[in-house]
This record gives sequence, C-alpha cells and structure tokens, in this order.
Amino acid sequence: MLMVQGLACLRGDRLLFKNVGFELNAGGLMYVLGENGSGKSSLLRILCGLLKPEEGGVFWNGKPIDLDTDIYQADLTYIGHLNGLKDDLTALENLQISARLAGNQVDDAVALNSLAAIGVARCANLPVGVLSQGQKRRVALARLWLTRSQLWILDEPFAALDTASVDVLAARLGEHMSNGGMTIITTHQEVTIHAQSTQTLRLSA
Amino acid sequence: MNDAWLIILKRDLLLAFRRRSDVATTLFFFLIVSSLFPLGVGPEVAVLSSIAPGVLWVAALLAGMISLNRLFAADFTDGSLEQMLIAPQPLALLVLAKILAHWLVCGLPVVLLAPLIGLQYALPNDALLVLVWSLLLGTPTLSLIGAIGAALTLGVRGSGLLVALLVLPLYIPVLIFGAGAVAASQHGMSAQAHLSLLAACSLLSLVLAPLATAAALRISVE
Amino acid sequence: MKINWFKYSSPQTFYPLAEKMIPWFAWLAAILAVAGLYISFVMAPTDFQQGEAYRIIFVHVPAAWMSMVIYIVMAAWAGLGLALNARLSAMMAQALAPTGAIFTLLALVTGSLWGKPMWGAWWVWDARLTSELILLFLYLGFIALQSSIDDPRRADRAGALLALVGVVNVPIIYFSVKWWNTLHQGSSINMGAAPKMAATMLLGMLLMALAFWMYTVAVALMRVRCIMLERERSADWVKALSLGAKS
Repeated sequence: MLMVQGLACLRGDRLLFKNVGFELNAGGLMYVLGENGSGKSSLLRILCGLLKPEEGGVFWNGKPIDLDTDIYQADLTYIGHLNGLKDDLTALENLQISARLAGNQVDDAVALNSLAAIGVARCANLPVGVLSQGQKRRVALARLWLTRSQLWILDEPFAALDTASVDVLAARLGEHMSNGGMTIITTHQEVTIHAQSTQTLRLSA
Repeated sequence: MNDAWLIILKRDLLLAFRRRSDVATTLFFFLIVSSLFPLGVGPEVAVLSSIAPGVLWVAALLAGMISLNRLFAADFTDGSLEQMLIAPQPLALLVLAKILAHWLVCGLPVVLLAPLIGLQYALPNDALLVLVWSLLLGTPTLSLIGAIGAALTLGVRGSGLLVALLVLPLYIPVLIFGAGAVAASQHGMSAQAHLSLLAACSLLSLVLAPLATAAALRISVE
Repeated sequence: MKINWFKYSSPQTFYPLAEKMIPWFAWLAAILAVAGLYISFVMAPTDFQQGEAYRIIFVHVPAAWMSMVIYIVMAAWAGLGLALNARLSAMMAQALAPTGAIFTLLALVTGSLWGKPMWGAWWVWDARLTSELILLFLYLGFIALQSSIDDPRRADRAGALLALVGVVNVPIIYFSVKWWNTLHQGSSINMGAAPKMAATMLLGMLLMALAFWMYTVAVALMRVRCIMLERERSADWVKALSLGAKS
C-alpha cells in the first residue's frame, strides 16, 4: 500500500502544491490531473524518491521510502517523460539492460515478445537512435511487459502513441491492476482503463 | 545483486566501442598537448627530460579532465541516469562501474601511450617504467575524483569549464606524487615512496569518491 | 507529530536577531583591530634582521589563519545544512565563502609583499603560499559552483558536498605540497623561526586574528541577511517586512 501525507513541493521560490495526501491500495489506479506546470511530473518524481519533498512523506507498506529504499525500488517501475534509452544500443539491448538493472534476468525471446506486444518487434535490432519518437516511446513502455514490480508510476505514457498502441497499453494496465498491481498515471487523453478502484488527484496551479 | 554492476560496465564499454571516435579524441588531445611543449621550450634534450615528468602528468591530467563531462551527461539527458537512481541496486556501486568503464576507455589508453611520448622527451628506460607505474596508480584517482565534479556540474550552464575549476585543485596531490615519482627515478632515487602515496590516494578515493558521486548525482537529478 | 526543531532556526526568526548582533561584532572587530594594530606597530620591537618590513606578518599570519578557519567553519555549516536539511546553515556557508576567499587573497598578497624585501622576489613557491593559493582555488570553485546553479536548493546541496570533499582533501593537499617543497628545497617562509616570537608580538597577532574573526562574523551576518531576503522574497514574512518599510 502506498500512503502519501502532506506533500509540499517548492521549485525555485514557487510553491507547486502543498498538502497532497492519498492512499493507494492493491488494484488501485490513480490519475494525476492538472494543467502544465501544476507539478504533476514533480509529484511523480517525489513518489519515486527522485525528488525530496519540501514537506510531508511517502510511505510504502507503512515505511518511509527513503529508509527502505531498496525494497521500495524493487517494487517500483517508473517511466518518466524521458525514455531512458541509449541511442547507440538496439531496442533489444536497451530493454534487456533496463530489465536486468531492475533485477530480472530476461532472455532474447521474452524481450522480443514484449516488444512484439506493443508492436515494435520489427525495430528489435535497430539502434534506438534511428527510431521515431513514437517507436522510442513504445520501446520504453515494453518494459511494462517484463517487470514484476507492483507499483507503476507512468508520466504521460499515452503521449506520442497511435490509437492501436493506446488500446494495447490500456489493456496491459488493466491486466496489471487485476493482478493486484497499482498504477499512478498522468495523462491528457481520455483512456478507459479497468481497475478495481479508480481515484483522481487534481493539482491546481 | 552485483550483477547490475557488470551490466553497467558492459553497457558503457559497448557504448564506447560504438563511439570509438570519442575515445580517440581524448588520446589525441593527450598527444597534442604533450607535443606542444618541445615546440614552446625548444628541443634541448636536457631541458626536455627535466620537464618531462611534469609535462606528461599535466597532459594526462587535462586529458582525463576533458573527457569527464561525457561520464554522466548522456545518461542525464536521455533519462537512463534517473533509471539508475531508482534501480534497486546500491547507486555507489553502479557509479563505480561507470567510473571504471570511463577509466578503461579514457585513462588506460593514456597510460599505454605515455611511454611513447616519454621517448620523445628522452626519458631513460627506468624512468619510463616508473612513468607507466605512476600513471597506472594515479589515473584511477583522477577518474574517481573527477566523477564527483562531473556529477555536481550535471546540467549546469558552462559545466565544461566549471568542472575544471572544481576538479583541478583536487588533482594536485596526484600530480605532485606522480610527477615526483618519475623525477625521483630520473635522479637515480627510489620512487617507492611516491608510488605508495599514489596507491594510498587511489584507495582512499576508491572508498569515498563513489559515495560522494552518488550523493552528488541525487542532488543534481532533482 | 514530529516537531521540526530547526524551524526555530528559521530565517524568519534569525533575520531580526542578526540585525541586533551585527553592530556588536562590528564594534568588537574595530576595537580589537585598533588594539592589535597599536601593539603591532608601536609596541612590538623592530626586528634586528628584517627591520620594519616584518610587521606585515601581523596581517599576513592572522589572515592565513582565518582563511583556513573559515573554510572549515564553512564546510561545517554546509555539512550541517546537508545532513539536517536546514536552510539557514546552507545560507551561512554561502555567506562565509566570499570572506574566506578575501582573507586567502589577503594572505597571498601580504605574503608576496613580505617576500619581496626578504627574498627579492614577489612570489616564491613556498609551501605555505602555495597551499594558500590552492585554498583560494577551492574557495573560487565553491563560489563558482553555487553561482552557476539557478535552483537555490540544488546550489546549497551541491556546494555543501563540494565543501565537504574539499575539507577531506585539504590535509592531503597540504601534505603533498609540503612534501613537494622539501624535495625541491624551495625557499621557505618559516613563521616560527624568522623573527623571534616575543610575547608582545604573539599578543598582537592574536588580537588581529580575533579582530578578523569578529569582522568575519559581522560581515557574514550582513551577507546572510541579504541572502535571506533574496531567497525568501515570496515568503510572507519578507512581504510583511517590505510592507512595513513602505508604510
């Protein structure tokens, strides 16, 4: 269970938000909504432990995430607005490296399957640098078919995707939640995702 | 667990292999800088061999430094650095793997090239051997300390020059011990003490620098 | 509910406190300086070897002391700020850096002024002077890093880490420079042996060092007040202050 209490975030001397708190249980989906610059990405980075909040705390199964960092990070998959891909490596290499960094050993066939699931199997052996924006995004998202972590934090995962891919991703997210996973997501698009419980957090600038 | 350490090492070496020209640049820089001095001070053998230890070490120092901003910058802009930060692995270990890869790619070639340049400076064989040893023991420290500077200046404007300002003063002990070792052997003295001190610096920075670099990366990625 | 004790050392409460403290330290600095200068220039005897020129050590030595002390104090504040996430500590570190750099520069300039009549050269690669020079580089690196990072929180924390790395390195640098100096048998300004230390001279130096110290505190407090206003310009207490000033 993810619990968040009284978060405040300051960027420069601008207060992005304060008193943000919520609880997310197994099978739960949470949308983070707000205008550009309202601090959605900053909130997600705080939840990942990449950014220290000005006030408040994030707790995973009752423990502050900056104390039991390794346990929390093993349960976490984060895909930010940067893809985290190396232009000089192939899609397959990128995927395998990120999976092993997250602690799962993945052979070629499994990695290929996950690339195929989101429709970029053709690009498997191409260096990521030659792919289009949408293809890169899909290679980054292919990690979601490999990861075993419970909490997914996704920053605009549907941006730059075609409608077919959006549906595939939404289905994958639904599957994750039905397996007891949790997802925190920011999006500008209307996408139907099935979850046991859905909540919305609105940040106002 | 330590598996991830190897992954990063292999990945960085593979990346360097696919961008071989970058590696050549560092080596070329070392070559050019150390070839400039004879043109500046004249070709007298006595003068050249007396300035050789200092010149070669300063050139190695600068070559190590200009390659520093490549250490984390690419990972920072493409987002793989933040993935490393939230990986369930000790960050200091991943950082150490990156530093090792950087040293293998930018430091080791300089160590291997140095005796050739030493010949141009009329260094005797003993001194050449000590030069290689001193660089072998000293350049890892340069990569380790340099990593702290590179991490602190990530994404900062003018980071290339700033890193020089931060890191070069910290390089001074290594320069003194390294160049001193070669000079000692030139004067027929034992370089043992210098080399031991270089090794001590390496060990100390091996323990402390990855931790400091990891902390600096967390600060810079915020 | 966790109480954040460091709230009490918040800029808001410290700002008026600093204002009250500044004149005290400033006056103390002035009085100590007058007394110190009187001893150094009137009471201390003329050195039979070096004549009057040696009197520059009454500025040089305390400045060199202060340059090192300030670096350590700065690193301590920075480390405290990093460990406890206390804004005020980081501001203190930032406020101390320029003063430390100025004392380092002063030590360098007076050292070279002293070197001229003694060794006939403006600069000798003496271990102390060289270490001072490197210390100046460390100060400049700290200032440059802080001023090139826009986000104040990142600037504080990055600067703090650099100061800590510097503090670990300072003894190593100092040792290596000394070692280098003895190997190359460079000329050395030996403070202990040059003029025989009479009690009055020691007193003069101590008074000057204390005067410099008080000056440092006063100036750092002034600077920290400016930093507070700049950093917290959107905070309520600063707005209240400026409103109060207008009405």
